[in-house]
Amino acid sequence: MLRKSFILVLVLVLIAIPIASTAMAQDTITLTYLVDDSQANSGMATALAEAYMAQHPNVEIVVELRPGGTEGDNIVKTRLATGDMTDVFWYNSGSLLQALNPAQTLVDLSDQPFIENIVESFLPTVSQGDAIFGVPTGTAMGGGILYNKKVYEELGLSVPKTWDEFVANNEAIKEAGIAPVLATFGDTWTSQLFVLADYYNVEQAVPGFAEAYTNHEATHSDTPAAAAGFAYLQQGYEEDWWQEDYATTLFEPGLALLANGEVAHYPMLTFALSTIEANFPDQVNDIGFFAQPGTDAEANGVTIWMPPATYIPQTTEGEKREVALDFLSFIASIEGTEVLTAEIAPTGPYMIKGATLPDSVLPAVKDLAAYIESGNSYPALEFLSPIKGPNLEQICVAVGTGQMDAEQAAEDYDRDVERQAQQLGLPGWD
Amino acid sequence: MYSNWFYMPGLIIFTVFFLVPTALAFYFSLTRWTLFDSTYIGLDNYKEFFDDPQLKSGLQNTIIYAVLTSGLKVIISLPLAMLLTFGVRLRTFFRSIIFLPVLISAVAVGITFATLMQPSTGLINEALEYWGLPQPNWLGDPDLAIYSVVIVDVWKGVGIATLIFIAGISSIPLDYFDAAKLEGETWIKFRHVILPLSRNATFTVILLSFIGGLRTFDLIWTMTRGGPGFASDVLTSVVYKQYQAGFYGLSSAGNVVLLVLIMILVYPMTRIFNRLELEL
Repeated sequence: MLRKSFILVLVLVLIAIPIASTAMAQDTITLTYLVDDSQANSGMATALAEAYMAQHPNVEIVVELRPGGTEGDNIVKTRLATGDMTDVFWYNSGSLLQALNPAQTLVDLSDQPFIENIVESFLPTVSQGDAIFGVPTGTAMGGGILYNKKVYEELGLSVPKTWDEFVANNEAIKEAGIAPVLATFGDTWTSQLFVLADYYNVEQAVPGFAEAYTNHEATHSDTPAAAAGFAYLQQGYEEDWWQEDYATTLFEPGLALLANGEVAHYPMLTFALSTIEANFPDQVNDIGFFAQPGTDAEANGVTIWMPPATYIPQTTEGEKREVALDFLSFIASIEGTEVLTAEIAPTGPYMIKGATLPDSVLPAVKDLAAYIESGNSYPALEFLSPIKGPNLEQICVAVGTGQMDAEQAAEDYDRDVERQAQQLGLPGWD
Repeated sequence: MYSNWFYMPGLIIFTVFFLVPTALAFYFSLTRWTLFDSTYIGLDNYKEFFDDPQLKSGLQNTIIYAVLTSGLKVIISLPLAMLLTFGVRLRTFFRSIIFLPVLISAVAVGITFATLMQPSTGLINEALEYWGLPQPNWLGDPDLAIYSVVIVDVWKGVGIATLIFIAGISSIPLDYFDAAKLEGETWIKFRHVILPLSRNATFTVILLSFIGGLRTFDLIWTMTRGGPGFASDVLTSVVYKQYQAGFYGLSSAGNVVLLVLIMILVYPMTRIFNRLELEL
């Protein structure tokens, strides 16, 4: 008898607890915020959420992590398609956004007042037609070569302005017993930089390539300038630039090699600086940045990556959508960028009007800013065209490990691009 | 006799989770599908799938993988099973040891071995270095990667195969062994008793591991992701990458091709094995 009543009490308590807690939480609105699990991005999302919650005690923002890369793309697509997306989410701008079918899945922000705060050049990368879907979250980045300045000082080298100078530097570095270029093919996405960061040079050689490419009037295999990146990878393999174990080295362990001066160069986006800063705070100031050199020293400039953005899916409705919009306006404010700067050293300029970088910015970011301020920068192809072939990273690894030559790679990539354009249903590709 | 209604639970599950998705896959393989909407495009996906420059090496790798893993499992597990059926001390202990890898999830095995096979810091190469042996780049060498995964697959799957063989050998009537004992030689016991009379077990092992090899995915994906480049791609990883890239119709077509391929290869095998079994 005693035991029976004890169980009854226990059951009642167990039922009562959730009821009580929902009753107490009734005034709180909870938003979920999906972001990829990279240290930098999840850190920024958490900082934004915490700063917003401090100002709005009735709002709770729960940051949810997902994997990055193509696996993450797929999670985002599937969750959007099944109506199971979080209330707000973090995702790339540019071509990856186009594959989300934004007009049917995302909330159009074009009539929101905070759109005024955003730098105009960013808007096309989160738009389809007249609709605007996201607010920039984080800084723009440079794509080019991170290099260890100590190695350069010791060997008396200077920053190369042309590819030939870069090749000559690599030979000197190799003679000194240091691996000239870091390859981290274990994380396949890192293999693409020689191709993607060359877009400034492509645009110099073939002005308007992006549009012709989108309209199926120019391809990588029939445009020598566009195929050059594949040739660089082939050259890297043939001239033995990579460090030991390049086929399996991963991104983060690779950064250790760069920070310690065991390799001299890393073709990468400047966002890697925040990981270097977190893991090697003493060495991050030894790292500099230069644009990927092309054929012409006079036309030397940097390829720019636009920051990712925060979006609201159409499944976020009513009161939650109101709060989500307010959260986006916070992200797209100077105050929002200050929260980010306090959390993580900026790795490029913000895309918010009037937002400034602190004087203490990392040396490599100063290098990047110098290119941008002198007007020598151009967006990467994936921000000018909705098409990016999904197999590019595997193709680049195949070239970089000597399994495929540059010519074959350009042809295979054309096929990949064609398939993606057809999948997107673009005109002129059927 | 039980009523036919007893089939229902199984039939419902089979229909909902196998028949319906298979029929849907057939349909969507004929469309360009974005998950949001789909357009009928006839057989274009199949054409695209067979034109894929990576398909040929993917197919080759799949066949190499299936043949090697099923062959090696038979060669290794039959002697093991004999050892563990007759006479070895601590028999049950060794049986558990050999069966243990089967119980570990393939993903855990893949991640563990990827670390062990790391070329300069992995335990395997450090051991090889200690003994002064050559240290291959197990997963980074494009010519070697697929075979490294095969080794791990065999390590993981040999327990099941051994178990099947133990069951097969244990079911051989003792009279045969007594007769063979008159001949005296272990070889005769193996050649004329165990080998022919555990034929059913052999067929089961070959068939199960061959089918398993054809549709292998977890180990490949956790260890190499089909790389470096496309070097260790198998059919399933090609299809998965297409799915990841958002080519949902194309990857459905790939799955249909995989289904048909398995049927084409396995159906004649079962026919032949069944006929041979009847001859016993």
